[in-house]
Amino acid sequence: MENKLINITLKVWRQRGPKTKGAFETYKLDGVSVDSSFLEMLDMLNEKLISERKEPVVFDHDCREGICGMCSLYINGHPHGPDEDITTCQLHMRKFKDGETITIEPWRSHGFPIIRDLMVNRTAFDKIMQAGGYVSVNTGGFAEANAIPIPKRIADEAMDSASCIGCGACVAACKNGSAMLFVSAKVSQLALLPQGKKEGARRAKAMVAKMDELGFGNCTNTGACEAECPKNISITNIARLNREFLSAKFKD
Amino acid sequence: MTTNNEKNKIDSKVPQGPLAEKWTEYKAHQKLVNPANKRRLDIIVVGTGLAGASAAATLGELGFNVKNFCIQDSPRRAHSIAAQGGINAAKNYQNDGDSVYRLFYDTIKGGDYRARESNVYRLAEVSNNIIDQCVAQGVPFAREYGGSLANRSFGGAQVSRTFYAKGQTGQQLLLGAYSALSRQAQKGSVKLYTRYEMLDLVIIDGKARGIIARNLVSGKTERFSAHAVVIASGGYGNTFFLSTNAMGSNGSAVMQIYRKGAYFANPCYAQIHPTCIPVHGENQSKLTLMSESLRNDGRIWVPKKKEDAEAIRTGKLKPTQIKEEDRDYYLERRYPAFGNLVPRDVASRAAKERCDAGYGVGPTGLAVYLDFSEPIQRLGRDVVEARYGNLFQMYYKIVDENPYETPMMIYPAIHYTMGGIWVDYELQTSIPGCFCIGEANYSDHGANRLGASALMQGLADGYFVLPYTIQNYLAGEISTPRFSTDLPEFNDAEKGVQERIDRLMKIQGKRSVDSLHKELGLVMWEYVGMGRTKETLEKAIVEIKRIKKEFWSDVFIPGDGKDQNTELEKAIRLADFLEIGDLMARDGLLREESCGGHFRLEYQTSDGEALRNDEKFSYVSCWKYKGEDQEPEMLKEDLNYEFTKVQQRNYK
Repeated sequence: MENKLINITLKVWRQRGPKTKGAFETYKLDGVSVDSSFLEMLDMLNEKLISERKEPVVFDHDCREGICGMCSLYINGHPHGPDEDITTCQLHMRKFKDGETITIEPWRSHGFPIIRDLMVNRTAFDKIMQAGGYVSVNTGGFAEANAIPIPKRIADEAMDSASCIGCGACVAACKNGSAMLFVSAKVSQLALLPQGKKEGARRAKAMVAKMDELGFGNCTNTGACEAECPKNISITNIARLNREFLSAKFKD
Repeated sequence: MTTNNEKNKIDSKVPQGPLAEKWTEYKAHQKLVNPANKRRLDIIVVGTGLAGASAAATLGELGFNVKNFCIQDSPRRAHSIAAQGGINAAKNYQNDGDSVYRLFYDTIKGGDYRARESNVYRLAEVSNNIIDQCVAQGVPFAREYGGSLANRSFGGAQVSRTFYAKGQTGQQLLLGAYSALSRQAQKGSVKLYTRYEMLDLVIIDGKARGIIARNLVSGKTERFSAHAVVIASGGYGNTFFLSTNAMGSNGSAVMQIYRKGAYFANPCYAQIHPTCIPVHGENQSKLTLMSESLRNDGRIWVPKKKEDAEAIRTGKLKPTQIKEEDRDYYLERRYPAFGNLVPRDVASRAAKERCDAGYGVGPTGLAVYLDFSEPIQRLGRDVVEARYGNLFQMYYKIVDENPYETPMMIYPAIHYTMGGIWVDYELQTSIPGCFCIGEANYSDHGANRLGASALMQGLADGYFVLPYTIQNYLAGEISTPRFSTDLPEFNDAEKGVQERIDRLMKIQGKRSVDSLHKELGLVMWEYVGMGRTKETLEKAIVEIKRIKKEFWSDVFIPGDGKDQNTELEKAIRLADFLEIGDLMARDGLLREESCGGHFRLEYQTSDGEALRNDEKFSYVSCWKYKGEDQEPEMLKEDLNYEFTKVQQRNYK
């Protein structure tokens, strides 16, 4: 850890509400420690704005350790910023140069309307999950946990798909605003496991239908989602979703 | 302070009979609600973490109408998601001698004999159901090549009973509960209120009947009625400002019901986690935990020689240059039986002891090493990467050092609060119809929580305990019709909330909310932290009072109180943290002994271990609110150990 300070210029998207017009505001921020996280830098900016009796920049954040999926931000043209395999809260200021201008925007997608400034509404993801992102079991009345052996390879693969944090970077990165990576990760996780396999076809159809209904775009295999995913969710999940979906359609 | 008369008021409702039969007996005789009546009953659940989501989903499945609230944009964000290491269960899959009794015993002992036996036994009993339930939901637990579930060891246990999903167990369990919740939301049995914050409990004729909540997007307050209210809002570790909790984690729902008559139990029991990434500077906003599972293989050390530690601090030496014989593996040295896997409180204090003695490393001297060079040699880098890869990556991104090549630096930080709202055996608070589950309540962990037990408790409460016990209460409410939120009690509660908001908005002082919160945090860490004394705790009470005064006279909240306002949200929470800090210090002051997470420097053995005083302090301190600016009153629930022999904890 080095204790270096940098001065930066920020261009931040400010927008009062979903229907109002937004614009970039420019702020100068001096003496930012390179060991600070990106969100700690935004805290600094907000403290400065408050000291000038102005309203702080609104942004979503919570766990600040890369797992809750609450933070978002389009930083210099990349969801979650220029570093790889991390969320915005894990991005550190050492990735930026002294004197650099940093542009910060909200997720921009038809599926995620802006609430205020950098905060967007991602309720659509909850709705897609509600359409079928589960195994239909009630509490109780289950088999002993070790009754069905699951090969380690399968369990590991399901775990990789299950790592999705639901942040929406895949949608923000996609030129079509598609939620296919998000949907396919959940469909894959459950289709891989014997517990979830039985309703795999119904699940795939229901989740895809809900995604379409909510205005997310189509997948054209550009791979931008995979490249920007902070959790490295693989695009092979989309191939599996397509297989599940097609076989479900054939059975109809 | 406590009269016999008041003492009698604390009724824990523990069923009679042998320990192992209490829960079975309870279930056999409790009252139930029939399906037709369930449809007529509404339940509010505040919080969507492991406890809240599992309770809301299960109550919805049973046929109740559930309203489930969270402050985040989705139930899946609740901070249970960040739990890394694992979840305990007494499956004994490893054939290493585990049993329900042993899990119960380890938890009671780990809690330093300050938890209620009957609750802990029930927890151990239902632990196995949780694993079955989660597997059925599609939680991808780690598995062996043969396809069976894998286990690892955690602190305070000599068996391997921890189930895990990489270093993301909390995430996978929460997503399991969230998917069950989503299924009920689809069916219409659960209605989700996201970006809503509870601001008061509504009581009618002595019973919890609803809440006032603020829509965090519109800024408007709204009223919600129900036949029972369940609080699952988590712990109050953020009183310290810097903690491993999420930024939004808060103790406000808990304080609202405390002010309405629920007892706050054992507020001084806070857990300091030994393996967090050290503080980097003033702008630090939170501390990141490195899972306890790392202590399975990682070895903790500091230099044996002070001059080496000094040279490391000034950057003249690197840790890798310190020879094996010049390293002090102080946990292995002091606790040969448990070694690096001693409970969290013991490991934290040992780290502080070394750093205070001048052996600390890192630029501030407030860090010790967690070294993986030995396991990398023994197991190979691939195996270490498979076990801890995501944690190593996280460390690298935050600190910019590669833990495969140089030891990690760690230091203790506030992580979990064992104290919380007092509940009886049925998880009901001292307010009829108001229940409290998960970290928000005080039960099960005593004075110290063992690793991988928080997830177990949250899910036990939500899936397998509350759905039974709440029916025993609701069976008496089946003839209560749904009532209107126009009743005067709702009017008064909403008015009170509005007045509090107006009061905050009108101050228009000079201090930001965060600057005051940081000040409170420093007082808490310095005086109510790992080593407390009568003097520091008294000082804390005075200092907190000063900060409170400053807060209520000089805080500045920009914007409008009737609009979305993130600073106002923080200010409302800080007002409650100030009260919690005061309660923690008061409770710590009265408890003249050391136990678990509460360490009074005056009370320790000759070799620096916690010294309990069972004769005088074998009780749960239950704090009762007496009005604004009034001293709270402390009532006691005596702890009787019928089935375990109380002894000094020994991990040597």
